[in-house]
Amino acid sequence: MSAVIAVTDLTKRYRGVTALDGISFSLAENRIHGLLGRNGAGKTTLMQILTGQHFATSGQVSVFGQHPYENEQVLARMSFIKESQTYPTNLRVTHVLRAARLVYPSWNEEFAQRLVEVFQLPRGRNVRKLSRGMLSALGIVVGLASRAPLTFFDEPYLGLDAVARQHFYDHLLADYTEHPRTIVLSTHLIDEVSDLIEHVLLLDRGRLLLDVEAEALRGQVVTVSGPVAAVQEFARTGTELHRASLGGTTRLTVRGDFGPAAQDRARALGLVLEASSLQDIVVRLSTATDSSTPTPAGVTSEETIR
Amino acid sequence: MEDSRPIFLQIAELLENSILDGTLAEEGQVPSTNELAAFHRINPATAAKGVNKLVDDGTLYKKRGIGMFVSSGARAKLRGRRRDEFARQYVQPLLTEARKLGIEPAELKNMIDAKGESR
Repeated sequence: MSAVIAVTDLTKRYRGVTALDGISFSLAENRIHGLLGRNGAGKTTLMQILTGQHFATSGQVSVFGQHPYENEQVLARMSFIKESQTYPTNLRVTHVLRAARLVYPSWNEEFAQRLVEVFQLPRGRNVRKLSRGMLSALGIVVGLASRAPLTFFDEPYLGLDAVARQHFYDHLLADYTEHPRTIVLSTHLIDEVSDLIEHVLLLDRGRLLLDVEAEALRGQVVTVSGPVAAVQEFARTGTELHRASLGGTTRLTVRGDFGPAAQDRARALGLVLEASSLQDIVVRLSTATDSSTPTPAGVTSEETIR
Repeated sequence: MEDSRPIFLQIAELLENSILDGTLAEEGQVPSTNELAAFHRINPATAAKGVNKLVDDGTLYKKRGIGMFVSSGARAKLRGRRRDEFARQYVQPLLTEARKLGIEPAELKNMIDAKGESR
């Protein structure tokens, strides 16, 4: 599988802030990639550099084998849907769609019109009079109907309700299946997308914490609880991420390759084993702003590694 | 998918269950990976991986240009494999819990017999 994006040792600094700190990765073609991380982790900066809207301080960026900056050949093949897209004044919804039709070579008008119905967008309304959710829906319509070979969705659903978000996921998945393309989806709603994404990039304060297949991550982080000694015995081979204790009972979150026999081993030791969701994993791996978790007396809780 | 195991394994197991309970007949056609992806709301590549696992172990076979079908004899084979897993998945935890409660094996046998008769 060929790489659509290749990034080597990319660093971005501005005004004394290191937004991206020497990250390297590549994204394979025609897959759905999840770009995850806390606010300020560097996700948007990364996407801005990849779409040629920002300069890197140092490092190499290659998109479709070329540098994206002011490169018509590259830019024509991508679509970038931002969290808060602003439109020129006095544009109506239909104007935005007409403009998109001119800009995106792979634009599909029939699909766009179908999506306008799905999201119940008022065609004649001025975009400045759209609600927050409708504005997000308009971005999603443009992003999906552009059918760009490389599509970025940067937190595309501010103000969208759960029903509309499910519409987005369903149409994304169905259209992606029919027309495979590379999708980079940046979101905080990790649980909602964890079954859609194939590959995970996790950014934390400008560093790349994870660059891994989503399936490989499943079951790799587990929480095991029970008597201290048994928990220790079970978790021997893993890396401890979080520990909470109450009396003689310990709950430990560990990362490691526990394999399919883990459940049996836990049972034999009389322990309760739960696999962590992708969201839990991201929370455990990302840096806490305040490392002391509030706990009542008698309970100890600590982030074990960073 | 709620389960902690890789999704493709869960897809494979769901198909196996359908074959075991007869929902999917031998020599019957299996839903396409795209249909499975849309139904379970998962990535189509993941659905394909689950289906391919069953192709690799001979449970399903591919008719070129038509789709995936259940192999003859798949049901009996799956049943044999699942019986082996039964001891590990159900009997072992039962014994562990019984030991914790101080239930002797003989007593446990009586309980199973009584339950079996009352059904």
